[in-house]
Amino acid sequence: MKILIKSGRVVDPANKLDKKLDILVVDGKIAELAANIDPGNAEVINAAGLIVTPGLVDMHTHLRDPGYEYKEDIISGTRAAAAGGVTSLACMPNTSPVNDSLAVTQYIITKAKEQGSANVFPIGSITKGMNGELLAEMGELKEGGCVGFSDDGLPVINGEMMRRGLEYANTFGVPIFTHAEDLSLVAGGSMNEGSVSTELGLKGIPWVAEDAVTARDIMLAELTGAHLHVCHVSTKGSVELVRHAKARGVRVTCEATPHHFMLTDEAVRGYNANFKMNPPLRTQEDVDAVRAGLADGTIDAIATDHAPHHIDEKNVEFAIAMNGVVGLETLLPLTLKLVAEKVLDLSKAIALLTCQPAEILGIDRGTLAVGAVADITLINPNKEWTVEADKLHSKSKNTSFDGQTMRGYAVRTILAGKTVFER
Amino acid sequence: MSFNPKHILGIKDLSTDEINFILDTADSFKEINTRQIKKVPTLRGKTVVNLFYEASTRTRTSFEIAGKRLSADTVNISASGSSVAKGETLEDTAKNIQAMHPDIIVMRHGASGACQYLAERLDCSVINAGDGMHEHPSQALLDAFTIRQHKGSIEGLTVAIVGDITHSRVVRSDIYCLSKLGAKVRLAGPGTMLPPGIEKLGCEVFNNLEDAIRDADVVMMLRIQRERQGTPLIPSVREYARFFGLNGNKMDLAKKDAIVMHPGPINRGVELGTAIADGPQNVILNQVENGVAVRMALLYLVAGGEKLQEDC
Repeated sequence: MKILIKSGRVVDPANKLDKKLDILVVDGKIAELAANIDPGNAEVINAAGLIVTPGLVDMHTHLRDPGYEYKEDIISGTRAAAAGGVTSLACMPNTSPVNDSLAVTQYIITKAKEQGSANVFPIGSITKGMNGELLAEMGELKEGGCVGFSDDGLPVINGEMMRRGLEYANTFGVPIFTHAEDLSLVAGGSMNEGSVSTELGLKGIPWVAEDAVTARDIMLAELTGAHLHVCHVSTKGSVELVRHAKARGVRVTCEATPHHFMLTDEAVRGYNANFKMNPPLRTQEDVDAVRAGLADGTIDAIATDHAPHHIDEKNVEFAIAMNGVVGLETLLPLTLKLVAEKVLDLSKAIALLTCQPAEILGIDRGTLAVGAVADITLINPNKEWTVEADKLHSKSKNTSFDGQTMRGYAVRTILAGKTVFER
Repeated sequence: MSFNPKHILGIKDLSTDEINFILDTADSFKEINTRQIKKVPTLRGKTVVNLFYEASTRTRTSFEIAGKRLSADTVNISASGSSVAKGETLEDTAKNIQAMHPDIIVMRHGASGACQYLAERLDCSVINAGDGMHEHPSQALLDAFTIRQHKGSIEGLTVAIVGDITHSRVVRSDIYCLSKLGAKVRLAGPGTMLPPGIEKLGCEVFNNLEDAIRDADVVMMLRIQRERQGTPLIPSVREYARFFGLNGNKMDLAKKDAIVMHPGPINRGVELGTAIADGPQNVILNQVENGVAVRMALLYLVAGGEKLQEDC
């Protein structure tokens, strides 16, 4: 089984490549990259005018399976991923039951392999049941395929528990993903605290709720020598904390979401719950800081925090609506927007979507090196299209970008040499 | 001019002319409330539903009387607690009411934005009778009406509002309303009750009562809304009364002819000393009285205003 992807602009930051090349795929692996490869008996895919990248890696999603299949499941979630050009994703453990056991990990991996359209790498919980009291069996979970541990959605409030979680995960060489949030400072808030929350009369969440725990967890990483990954940084302060920690040599990485570099709390005017997420949309100053963090390498990955919710959980009063938005199908164009706005160059943008998150997750993806698994995304960078929530592949339609015009999308997504999405 | 809004959701989006038009309309209704027979046929055949998700005596009664004096059929619904706890969503409840073809829903709800939410989903008119910590437009209008009645004009006056600013929807509506009408608005309260960025709404912020009320024309005291407080924001009612209550001779700092207002219900001895609550400067019961006229004006204008007479 041979495929030849012909005449595309190959952008593969893992191998410092950005040039017009052909890619030959044999039996699901990258066999050769060169100019003008003879097709022989290979199926030829014309990529002229397209950008060819490693399949995108989204290191932060919620697939809701098992337990909340009415929001999303592994089949629909990975289909949304494929439609967004994403071939590998990590999924958070806040399912029902929580992914704190080998049985749940194996269920996710097996279902994804048999019925999914993307590689799924589970993240196990730090504590059993995500209740912050006892460590999950991380050793066995790692053997079973978990690539990291997190109580995402719930912070590990107890400082000692977080310390032990870092030490224990480090024993097995996997990172801890922190959802940095001091719930006592959140105190029931439903949006960023500031002049907009004051005007709208919604209880605010101050930046310090995020920064205080980001600071604590960075210090715990410094104390323990473990690898800390900070999820969805949304504040100027958190970006600065990570920047300083990296300069000190602390093993810390972090990610940012498209909504946190594209939208501010001004979007909450109108009380539309599709602008309610956690962490909340912040101020322009924070957006600028996140963009600066992406540009200077402080932020290592762009991840969606894809959080599907049923319309009944969103079509309610803002204060009681669930947190989160879907993101898999808008990840790529929103990242390309940063290129258009000259925040990032294309190679850097693709690195944030491929090799950099792959490295944090410790997975052998995000590269087009000869011998690598042929996960490949073909991108039309100039195609204008309009987001229509109803037409998303995800089961849930809670996007912040409904009706917005996007530029660029994946036209073909290839998973281990097999096309899983095409438009 | 004529002004017939579909909804009244807040003061923020009203122009100065529209506010004045509402106040002038209220003026023309005021006299009905002192007649022997307090009823005109203006809203005959119209149905007004008062949908109250939070306890309210004053506002609900005021809207009900306003509707009845205009001959509307008024129905009161007291829905308990949050819609989640009750099992039916706000949208479903509202759509059930709509199926009975009311002309106007007057709603109070604990969630900010709930009235806008309703207005976006229903065909009938919606009047906001207080949504969360967001707006309480009819209260601000009756406050403006009362100030205008006592001071002739609002332009150039200094109005001090003291209390739990954070949790007050009245304050937000009052700031918009009074500043649009040309007043200077000052706020005061303990730091725990001053929300960030409130000055951007068009006011000056003080952290002591004395500076705020000095030379003020109007002093408005807010009730300490204990039920709104998730965490204790004040050490004690006693200490609050000492620093932020209007009592003793503090009113000497304001102008001699200053008036004292309160959206009610008052906590005697807490934000308002009894001597002042019952003193000659207080216009609190005027506010309540004017509330009926202002709400008559809102119901009338939302129902179609002058067009109503043409229909008859």
